[in-house]
Amino acid sequence: MSALSPSTERLPNTRPQPVPTFWWLGNASYFAFMLRELSCVFVAWFVVYLLILVSAVSEGEAAYQAFVGWSGGLGILALNFVSLLFVVYHAVTFFSAAPQAIVVRIGGSRVPGSAIAASHYAGWVVVSAVVLWILVGV
Amino acid sequence: MVFSAGGVVSAMLIPVLLLLFGIAFPLGWVAPPTYAHIGAVLGNPLTRLVLLALCVLSLFHWAHRFRHTVKDGLQIKALDGLVALVSYGGAVVGSVVAAYLLWQVP
Repeated sequence: MSALSPSTERLPNTRPQPVPTFWWLGNASYFAFMLRELSCVFVAWFVVYLLILVSAVSEGEAAYQAFVGWSGGLGILALNFVSLLFVVYHAVTFFSAAPQAIVVRIGGSRVPGSAIAASHYAGWVVVSAVVLWILVGV
Repeated sequence: MVFSAGGVVSAMLIPVLLLLFGIAFPLGWVAPPTYAHIGAVLGNPLTRLVLLALCVLSLFHWAHRFRHTVKDGLQIKALDGLVALVSYGGAVVGSVVAAYLLWQVP
């Protein structure tokens, strides 16, 4: 057979070993990867939190004020603080990885990865500024 | 496609919204919007469309990543069918709830 279809016979010492559940502990970059994967849980929590806010606003002014009071409780504050760290970590790693995922060519030459990452960060700043302007007016 | 769109939209919008509604408003760093203000912002159909896209894309982003974290990260492959059902099913249900709640804002 040709080199394109390697033999499927296993050598005696190459039987696949099961991967341990905590393979990602004990190596800094594997651990960082798992933290990043874990950030998805906090993204989901934010959706829940946002929908609680939306539903409070629909119910009326008293419900909205109750939401603002509830959001100042220690447990919710702590959860949101941890969530913010994970969400920012997710955003930074996502934008920094964008050049690996997106190839843009202008006039036949490839746009450098740093420009793609920079445009994502610029977009992040603009979006954040617009949200701040809408909600706070500064 | 949905996964990376969810990644971009959630990365762009969630940090600032969580910083404001989760930290800055409750701690009084910035005065929270008045009820009339937040009602007007949410009353705008464009806001609700953006928030619906944010919720739906973020939920599917979560579902995809959660399923693969359990399967490949924690190596729990035996339950993959169930985990996938709960993840993507949860994202579908969450999207319907989000659409309903955003629809009924006065």
